[in-house]
Amino acid sequence: MLQVVCIKQVADTETRVKVAADGKTLDPAGVTWVLNPYDEFAIEEALRIRERQGSGEVVAISLGGPGVQTTLRSALALGADRGIHLRSEALAPDPIAVARALAAEIGGLHADLVWFGKQSVDDDQAQVGPMVAELLELPCATAIAKLALDGTRATIEREIEGGREVVELTLPAVLTADKGLNEPRYASLKGIMTAKKKPIDEKPAALGEPRLELVGLELPAPRKAGRVIGQGVEALPELLRLLREEARAL
Amino acid sequence: MSILVFVEQRDGRLRTVSREALGEAARLSASLGGPVVAVCPAAADPGLAALGEAGADRAILARHQAFGSYHAAGYARAVAAAAQTLGPKLVLFANSAMGRDLAPRVAARLDAGLASDCTALAVEGGRLIATRPVYAGKAIQKVAFKGPVALASLRPKAFAAVARPGVSAAVETLAVAEDPQFARSRLVSVAASAAGKLDLTESEVIVSGGRGLKGPENFKLLEDLAQVLGATVGASRAVVDAGWRPHSDQVGQTGKTVSPKLYVAVGISGAIQHLAGMSSSRCIVAINKDPDAPIFKVADYGVVGDLFEIVPALTDAVRKLNAQHV
Ligand SMILES: Cc1cc2nc3c(=O)[nH]c(=O)nc-3n(C[C@H](O)[C@H](O)[C@H](O)COP(=O)(O)OP(=O)(O)OC[C@H]3O[C@@H](n4cnc5c(N)ncnc54)[C@H](O)[C@@H]3O)c2cc1C
Ligand SMILES: Nc1ncnc2c1ncn2[C@@H]1O[C@H](COP(=O)(O)O)[C@@H](O)[C@H]1O
Repeated sequence: MLQVVCIKQVADTETRVKVAADGKTLDPAGVTWVLNPYDEFAIEEALRIRERQGSGEVVAISLGGPGVQTTLRSALALGADRGIHLRSEALAPDPIAVARALAAEIGGLHADLVWFGKQSVDDDQAQVGPMVAELLELPCATAIAKLALDGTRATIEREIEGGREVVELTLPAVLTADKGLNEPRYASLKGIMTAKKKPIDEKPAALGEPRLELVGLELPAPRKAGRVIGQGVEALPELLRLLREEARAL
Repeated sequence: MSILVFVEQRDGRLRTVSREALGEAARLSASLGGPVVAVCPAAADPGLAALGEAGADRAILARHQAFGSYHAAGYARAVAAAAQTLGPKLVLFANSAMGRDLAPRVAARLDAGLASDCTALAVEGGRLIATRPVYAGKAIQKVAFKGPVALASLRPKAFAAVARPGVSAAVETLAVAEDPQFARSRLVSVAASAAGKLDLTESEVIVSGGRGLKGPENFKLLEDLAQVLGATVGASRAVVDAGWRPHSDQVGQTGKTVSPKLYVAVGISGAIQHLAGMSSSRCIVAINKDPDAPIFKVADYGVVGDLFEIVPALTDAVRKLNAQHV
């Protein structure tokens, strides 16, 4: 079985956001770049399926500048078999453009499962996975928390407001991973060593026309500095008074 | 130019998030011009004329026998078909579980730009500008659209509904064509979680617990407090990863982004990833025994001390307060 995992390089979640001089993007100075956390769940699930089946291939694809090769290497270190780097110089292309380029590449691979994270933790769009599914006319389930595979039938569970949906899909299909799907592994030393020898194919990304244009990036209005109103249960009458009279939150 | 709004029904009732989307469409139509048209995929008309009261001038019933419950591929085709017939300038969705799943599919079918989880939409210099939190709320992005049609999904509770009592929408029917994709996926069942539990993103008051609670059994303390406050219980990632609470309870960068009226953080240190998900709450209360915990930097009202003493006392005090006000 051939599985493709689309991975994005993002700023580490510890990042304190600073706006770049262009007033539109993140100032990259001092930022640590990591694999999008949700994509870790996607890779892990693909690897477990390959391990369970005892055969098959896992291909990691990332679209971005030269820097994304480190992220591809980290996917290879976890156990992906090979990488594809879709090269793009455009700063933060919009989701539909990314989806077009990924779909163009993935369409030619004839994968059984195409994996995404449910959302990238920088732009928080949660779009690319289901977009690729529609462009390739594949069935798709987003933000899945559980998967059972039986031949070409996938049964998934996903969280909705106040409950869980169970959805059945016929492979080939697109799935996007939510946290909770599994417990991602860490790369082993051996994995990191062998990753150096695994191939990464590099090709230009066919993004097409942009549909979104960045206009600005701002920091939210800072919260008023925090205030400790007291210690222990003695502080409760004052807390309740403030909640009622000042914050009008009760 | 019209505005198309995808509306969700649950048990035959229009969901609040869709009411908010219709309300925003009604407001925007003042500057964009043109009617507000609702689109609702369904197997039979659930009474769409009533959408007039929430702001719709017209309503399209996108009908197919498979649309008794959510069908992702089917709904995507239906909404895209409605957009293709109508030719709207803007298509709105709620950023609900369904909207999040559906909107990108429709955008792909229309080859259009989509701004997810918007907190504001405005027409500036003739251009539609969407405002949306990024980096889980650590920054605010503004985007403009290119191409003939723009799509946006709206964060729950960020937009106001409108009420137009007595107004009814003209209902038209769009027959949705059969498609081989309809057979390739299907919703098998929906299991309700803990009875009556409101989703965190829709809650006005949230009481969240962290590792300071020491064990899953102690969340009973928070459930009691939540009950008297009319709150939903949330959690930090540390306790979700420990298996004390389900992932659906997690607040933060890899959980839910929430902005309730009142957020009570109990035994939560306030790591940057947690703060990202709740810093836009209107009022934050923190209870923590460590006076240097970072959560106190964002708390409007911090109480330093042992949660095992403070929380039960707070629950009692609120209960007494509630009794006075009945
Ligand atoms: C990629 C990534 C994503 C992440 N995403 C999230 C996310 O979405 N949400 C999230 O929450 N975290 C997230 N984290 C984890 C985050 O960094 C912290 O580890 C986590 O928030 C800590 O949880 P906590 O505050 O419950 O635990 P701790 O940091 O251990 O804090 C426990 C607190 O309880 C207090 N306490 C202990 N006993 C008592 C008592 N008796 N009375 C009062 N107070 C007491 C302590 O003083 C302490 O401040 C993420 C991390 C990474 C790397
Ligand atoms: N540049 C990219 N390269 C590869 N995959 C991507 C890229 N951007 C987004 N994705 C995938 O799409 C998912 C959702 O991203 P987004 O729609 O940006 O929130 C991510 O978790 C990745 O799996």
